[in-house]
Amino acid sequence: MNIQTTSLYRRRKLFNQLVMGACVAATLVGFLFLFAILFTLVTKGLSALSPSIFIERTRMSGGGLGNAIWGTVLMTSVATVLGTIIGVAAGTWLAEYGGKGWMAKVIRFINDILLSAPSIIIGLFIYAVVVVPMGNFSGWAGVLSLTVIIVPVVIRSTEDMLRLIPNSLREAAAALGAHRWWIIVRVCYSGARAGIITGILLGFARISGETAPLLFTSLNSNQWNFFRLGDEMANLPMTIYQNMTINAFIPDLVALAWGGALILTAAILILNIAARYFSRQRS
Amino acid sequence: MTVDLHFNAERDAEPAEATARSRTASKLRVKDLNLYYGKFHALKQISMEIPERQVTAFIGPSGCGKSTLIRCFNRIHDLYEGIHTEGQILLDDHDIYDSGVDLNLLRSRIGMVFQKPTPFPMSVFDNVAFGIRLYEKLSARELEERVEWALRKAALWEEVKDKLKQSGQALSGGQQQRLCIARTIAVKPEVILLDEPTSALDPISTGYIEDLINELKKDYTIVIVTHNMQQAARISDITAFMYLGNLIECDDTTKIFTQPKESRTEDYITGRYG
Repeated sequence: MNIQTTSLYRRRKLFNQLVMGACVAATLVGFLFLFAILFTLVTKGLSALSPSIFIERTRMSGGGLGNAIWGTVLMTSVATVLGTIIGVAAGTWLAEYGGKGWMAKVIRFINDILLSAPSIIIGLFIYAVVVVPMGNFSGWAGVLSLTVIIVPVVIRSTEDMLRLIPNSLREAAAALGAHRWWIIVRVCYSGARAGIITGILLGFARISGETAPLLFTSLNSNQWNFFRLGDEMANLPMTIYQNMTINAFIPDLVALAWGGALILTAAILILNIAARYFSRQRS
Repeated sequence: MTVDLHFNAERDAEPAEATARSRTASKLRVKDLNLYYGKFHALKQISMEIPERQVTAFIGPSGCGKSTLIRCFNRIHDLYEGIHTEGQILLDDHDIYDSGVDLNLLRSRIGMVFQKPTPFPMSVFDNVAFGIRLYEKLSARELEERVEWALRKAALWEEVKDKLKQSGQALSGGQQQRLCIARTIAVKPEVILLDEPTSALDPISTGYIEDLINELKKDYTIVIVTHNMQQAARISDITAFMYLGNLIECDDTTKIFTQPKESRTEDYITGRYG
């Protein structure tokens, strides 16, 4: 009997094709929205792009986005550095030392909650514990709220990547007489480096577009503020938000907001590509 | 040098009643060793001696405790919780289970190669240099010489001399295992523990490693766990047969394979169980 003619086999084949078709359709829907967003951004934002958008500060009429772009770069960078230090250290502890102990379980659980906490809640929290006691909105408060958002991302990816390092490598390094911290630094980190960097870059991409936590912390500013993190700090997401809402009656500012949205999206796209590049280096 | 000649002479003559233990001093002595994984009694009252500069092979069916025993010699079990040992293992008359023993120094004297090749995620050169850098501050030149020496000893130099900067994980399985042996030798240990070093390799790579073991025993005391009885017969001077956590019999390899004292040993080597 030919196997291809049995009804069971035909049913399996049909089912396979159905599921395959559903998967392709789902992917296409995803792509459709992605390209629709990119298309809108490019058509509306491209006309606003010019060298002056990077150089001039935000004004009520005309101007550019220079101070907002700088503020976002500075705050997200400082937050990423802080988040990397805390996150890698904590992730290392969870993967290498905490193990299955109750403390590691509690930290992991809390970290998972933090990972999915709405960012506006985090902004409110920093507002309550930093902005109100200090009496003014500040870049530091913005940095802190962004740090709180990136830390759980880095903790999670660091722990996951270190767990992928097989125990046999740790044993082999221990069998040569290496101390535990040296095994982690030299063997585990070199194996997990690409994955950890990917996690950090993805976290960086995420916080660079956060608006809600900055609303209560760094607020926004029309002025150039290069390094005075104690004062209000301009930033791109807030500028886009304001130009599209309270300033929506000024066509120039709306155009600038579209330009800013395009710049932000392009930056995140580049970061994601960089993250992919690093993760490919691993294999 | 005299030691080498001594061995070769004995080897060529192959005296039927050669008692290896009378030939050389014991490097390791196990005394009443018991090991528990939690409540499970995995090694039961093991006592034996491992002679210097000879190959001692452990054979026995899966789960008999041979890997567990060999992992006691460098106390790699200490990495894990819930494992408890009683008894002594003497390395040159000093108990390695003494509370004052520095585990890292112990492991620099007793190296280990594992079942699966374990190259570190770094270059071939850095793999071999890893252990050296832990103990010695060598100049770049001395380090290069030592790495080359170790790779030559492990019969890998010719194959990797042009790819020292490449990742150690890009080598073939057999090369990776020789890289791990080179890494172990580079530290200049006194004892080399091999835990089923060829079970993941093809016959040709296995042949390389067996030749290598023969070569290395001139300078090092070698302890090998193997699933392969032919391998034990080919390369070892002493064979120990283990079963269900007990050391059943330990004697000259020729004796174990031709006239074992215990019927359980005979059953195992003739393939009646295991």
